[in-house]
Amino acid sequence: MTVPSEVAARTTPHTVKRGASSPRDRHRTRTNAPRGRTSFWPYLLVAPTVLLIGAVLGYPVVRNVVMSFQEFGLRELVQGAPAFVGLANYRELFADHVFWEVVVRTLAFTAVNVVLIMVLSTLVALMLARLGRVLRVAVMTGLVVVWAMPVIAATTVWQWLFQSRFGVVNWVLVQLGLDQFQDYSWLANGSATFALIVVLVVWQSVPFAALTLYAGLTTVPAELFEAARIDGAAGWALFRRITFPVLRSLFGLIASLEVIWVFKCFVQIWAISEGGPNDATTTLPVYAYQVAQTLNRYDLAGAVSVITVVVLTILLLVYFRQSLRQETNR
Amino acid sequence: MTPRPWTRTVLGVAAVITLLMSVFPVYWMVTTALKPTPDIQSETPQLWPSTLTLDHFATAFAADGFWTFWRNSLLVTIGAVLIALVVAALAAFAVARLRWTGRRAFVLVVFAAQMAPWEALLIPMYVVMRDAGALDHLATLLVVYVVITLPFTVLTLRGFLEAIPVELEEAARVDGCSHLTAFRRIVFPLLAPGLLSTSLFGFITAWNEFAFANTLLIKHQDQRTLPVWLSSFGNTFGTDWGATMAASTLFMLPVLLVFAVLQNRVTGGLTAGAVKG
Repeated sequence: MTVPSEVAARTTPHTVKRGASSPRDRHRTRTNAPRGRTSFWPYLLVAPTVLLIGAVLGYPVVRNVVMSFQEFGLRELVQGAPAFVGLANYRELFADHVFWEVVVRTLAFTAVNVVLIMVLSTLVALMLARLGRVLRVAVMTGLVVVWAMPVIAATTVWQWLFQSRFGVVNWVLVQLGLDQFQDYSWLANGSATFALIVVLVVWQSVPFAALTLYAGLTTVPAELFEAARIDGAAGWALFRRITFPVLRSLFGLIASLEVIWVFKCFVQIWAISEGGPNDATTTLPVYAYQVAQTLNRYDLAGAVSVITVVVLTILLLVYFRQSLRQETNR
Repeated sequence: MTPRPWTRTVLGVAAVITLLMSVFPVYWMVTTALKPTPDIQSETPQLWPSTLTLDHFATAFAADGFWTFWRNSLLVTIGAVLIALVVAALAAFAVARLRWTGRRAFVLVVFAAQMAPWEALLIPMYVVMRDAGALDHLATLLVVYVVITLPFTVLTLRGFLEAIPVELEEAARVDGCSHLTAFRRIVFPLLAPGLLSTSLFGFITAWNEFAFANTLLIKHQDQRTLPVWLSSFGNTFGTDWGATMAASTLFMLPVLLVFAVLQNRVTGGLTAGAVKG
């Protein structure tokens, strides 16, 4: 999971501010670097970055949008010369009940995962804040190990944990008296596969959210809690009246990041079930992939990708608004 | 305020449960890899392994193409990290130290690129690379990984650069160094911790990447990288879960190592740099 990349985005506004307002910098530019001499160097230095991002990210994005307005199947892929068909692909998608099932499933998948992630990581963070040193370090080390686990390694381990005959999960469930899980085949049943992937995504996501929330908790002044306790607040009231309001923006930030990550989740689903059985785990990114790879409908896949990108962009804007608000509150 | 005894007990139990839930899958992967097959395929799972064996690791090592996939993964990962580092360092220098028209726009583009929903670009990337005749080349994957890690590397290195006092560079420039020489001789050594942490981040991203490797390298089996090979463990190991878990453990090792280095070296390097500045 590429956690650090998006986390860094959160910290960048500082550097923007610092870079723009440093008087030392401006002074240096005026005295040491005559305009004529620096004029072409910066452009030469950023040229490789611009070219690479333009060619490998910008061009496919544009190509994707164009493709979604064309008829683009196997013939066009091989021979080229695709014809423009306007909004036909989008119309086809919107008229297809399978597409709407995928949309609803994607939203459900996102909602279930994010709620579980937020509740569990809040509980873990609150627990960490109250633990003694030894247990706290132990739990945090455990969380970091989970964080370090490569996605694909986690997917193979998950298939082994939930294996029907010798899997340890079925064994535990049978020991707990749930005899129907004797030799239960998780990957043959739609909702069971869905649940299995949810557990995996939650397991992988909790460490980042819990550790970040814990870091936030440590910044809440202890006097606030003391004052509230003297007023008789405890437990849930303490959380609702003090902890949550103080950390509201951090909660919002983590929740929007998790929504984005879960919404575009592809690898876990593809490696475990390829969207099956019977499309029970097909979310939008998986659907786009299937439509292209099995039906050779690159045009439809393009339209699905455009829709996914638009939804993600809206979610990102929500995230940026949150992070901007946090900046101005400081 | 000291918690009451029963609160402490509840907390302790919760902590132990959290610890078990988080590390059990990792523990189960490693112990399965070390158990003899009869102990793996037993009706009652052995929670604590009674006999240890390295047989499954031997099976993994002997698997068809094992070393090729390691070589491919290492080549793509290290190549992407090094190229991204050089390209990003140049851009970060231009952004952090030079004034030029379009600087703000450039930062915005990099910022947007960092947020790119790569998962939604698999199919257009496939079509674009097919048109360019670039499918089934490790170099294609390498270039994609460079671009995936580039935005983060640019933004982070720029942050590190801005933390290094300009006076140091100015002194070098007074002594007659050019911008680039000053960068190489003065800034580069101070930048080392930043370079290390960004390259380790890039390493983890590229090492774990599955979706593009699975989409852009499809024709030739010997072009595959470790994640793609591991994801199709059924073809390689069948129901040999010991070998599958051994291969998964081996795949995780470099990442664990990187995390360990990040914990110690980088924090140490950061403080050392701060004191000098």
